[in-house]
Amino acid sequence: MANVFARIGDWVNERTPGLAPMYRKHMTEYYAPKNFNLWYYFGSLAMLVLVNQIVTGIFLTMNYDPSASGAFDSVQYIMRDVEWGWLIRYMHTTGASLFFVVVFLHMFRGIMYGSFKKPRELVWLLGMLIFLALMAEAFMGYVLPWGNMSFWGAKVIVSLFGTVPKIGPALQEWIMGDFLPADATLNRFFALHVIALPIVLLLLVVLHLAALHEVGSNNPDGVEIKKGPKGNRWDALKPADGIPFHPYYTVKDLVGVGFFLLIAAFIIFFAPTFGGWFLEHDNSIAANNLVTPAQIKPVWYFTAFYAIVRMVPSAFGTAVWGVLGMFGSIALLFALPWIDVGPVKSIRYRGTGYKVALTIFVIAFFCLMALGMDLTDEYFPRIFGAGIDITLWDNVFGRIMTVAYFGFFVFLWLYTHLGWEKTKPVPDRVTTHD
Amino acid sequence: MTKPTLLTMSRLLMKRLLPAIVLAVGLLVAGQPAARAEGEGQLMASGANVRDQASLQRGARLFFNYCVGCHSLKYMRYSRIADDLGLTEQQVMHDLNFTGAKFQEPVISHMPPEDATKWFGKAPPDLSLEVSAKGADWVYTYLNTFYLDPKSPIGWNNTTLPNAAMPFPLWELQGEQVAVTKPGSDGVEKLDLAHPGKLTPAQYQQATRDLVNFLAYVSEPAAMQRHRYGVWVLLFLALFTMLAYLLKKEYWKDVH
Repeated sequence: MANVFARIGDWVNERTPGLAPMYRKHMTEYYAPKNFNLWYYFGSLAMLVLVNQIVTGIFLTMNYDPSASGAFDSVQYIMRDVEWGWLIRYMHTTGASLFFVVVFLHMFRGIMYGSFKKPRELVWLLGMLIFLALMAEAFMGYVLPWGNMSFWGAKVIVSLFGTVPKIGPALQEWIMGDFLPADATLNRFFALHVIALPIVLLLLVVLHLAALHEVGSNNPDGVEIKKGPKGNRWDALKPADGIPFHPYYTVKDLVGVGFFLLIAAFIIFFAPTFGGWFLEHDNSIAANNLVTPAQIKPVWYFTAFYAIVRMVPSAFGTAVWGVLGMFGSIALLFALPWIDVGPVKSIRYRGTGYKVALTIFVIAFFCLMALGMDLTDEYFPRIFGAGIDITLWDNVFGRIMTVAYFGFFVFLWLYTHLGWEKTKPVPDRVTTHD
Repeated sequence: MTKPTLLTMSRLLMKRLLPAIVLAVGLLVAGQPAARAEGEGQLMASGANVRDQASLQRGARLFFNYCVGCHSLKYMRYSRIADDLGLTEQQVMHDLNFTGAKFQEPVISHMPPEDATKWFGKAPPDLSLEVSAKGADWVYTYLNTFYLDPKSPIGWNNTTLPNAAMPFPLWELQGEQVAVTKPGSDGVEKLDLAHPGKLTPAQYQQATRDLVNFLAYVSEPAAMQRHRYGVWVLLFLALFTMLAYLLKKEYWKDVH
């Protein structure tokens, strides 16, 4: 039997000259640092979720009706009448939220260990493009069930483009194909969600990996293993601290996959709405342009950015500043390789100022998230008394956190460009592995 | 490097699995705000549990006796109710189906929406997804907070959904509650049972709990399957993870 497989393999390889070398280049002879820790699971997990979204998405498409009159009913049809439809849909909705969980953690890893720094700037830029495409993909997917929160969420997000001076209103109509989110909007969002953006995402993922494998992976020590001593058990010319991606990291990632699936399955089977975070209560009501939900807010993964829109005040007769602030908060992440030019990559050997700043940045991000979810409206009165002026408290709190978010980038720029950072000595070789 | 044994496996459980589960559960508990209330006041706990089949059956009976005259369950088929609630086709068609629908058809009320709009000012909503939209506690509280209000055109009002257009069809079970207003204002302080109904307050609460339970089931019939399969999926994944971990250990033995 093995002989048959070998012969088929030879037959294919003789006719496709690039295949075997490519497999070796990216799998068995891709030497990754041996000291990856917990933070290095999230890249492969993001790929797993992407595959999950595509596969479950294909099956959802078979029964979903992308029309304003049929969309909401067809989702209930999937939930009730399609065999295993409920499981496929919950895998897709839970996958959407977990996609952002793993991508946020993956990005944080990149920031923390300096994985965006030279020579990996392009890896980072491609990753940020993936993040942008993912946000667009998630937003359009959220509109498809055509619940009332889908409708009003679409209206609010599209209205962000309406703040552009002069062309705003026309731009808004152009995006929606109508004066309100309507059948035309749903049709085009469906097309973008199931065809256009997935293709873009897949292409970007391929480029992200190609760019990564060209320069090699970073690691928790931020040491360039390619610059270290040469020669390992497999190849005398390859980095001594590298091990073949396959089988070492494929089996290791399998453990990560197991833990991740345990958590995902727990949510899918026992808490698919996740208390209204992954599937919102108001989306159980069909879209209705006459009834506004009590609170309109995006899904949890957009709330930090949405909070920035709300916190930046209007000025000079336009509200575009909030929208610029939101896009700016993401644009600054794109520019990170040129903002943070400190020579030391890993947080392990960076200055105290960096550690403090990063901690504040993370706290600010979570606080903005809570604000965008309206959790502050719920908890501030409980903590500080029922009589407080919520709007005032929200604004003060939110603006402090917005300043902290942007302040992180300003600080990093000054800290590294002006040479204020006092770093620790970086070891020559990677230090640990588990 | 030690050989993987039961001891190392249990250590793995302690070290890796437990924190993950604790994290998941912690996130869950932290992330469980009750569905938003639309009215004032605290919501009562419904205690709805879709695994309680007897309660679901009682709730279904109540729904088809008191609610289906006005409210549809347009996403719910009679046949599915039979399957999930452990009832025979005969029982469902004879005891529950008063609309004349076929066994495979969904539960559609006979009330014409145009007439209903004339009568009540607003057509009674479909209740297929009511619990998903409002939460079981909200519906339970709503059904327990009707009171006589001479100022209302229909004679009833509700503290959970003030000025609701709905008359109170369960009045013969609960009796008639009246509002005790706060001195010097129109605000309702509490509700008093002025005339008892057929049921005691405790029995009425149980009846509404059953009804809400049935509506919770109707909101998501898949919950039955979720709970049934979920445990086995988690057990399989735990085993898979364990094996993957042992495989990783084996492969990584020679990495120093």
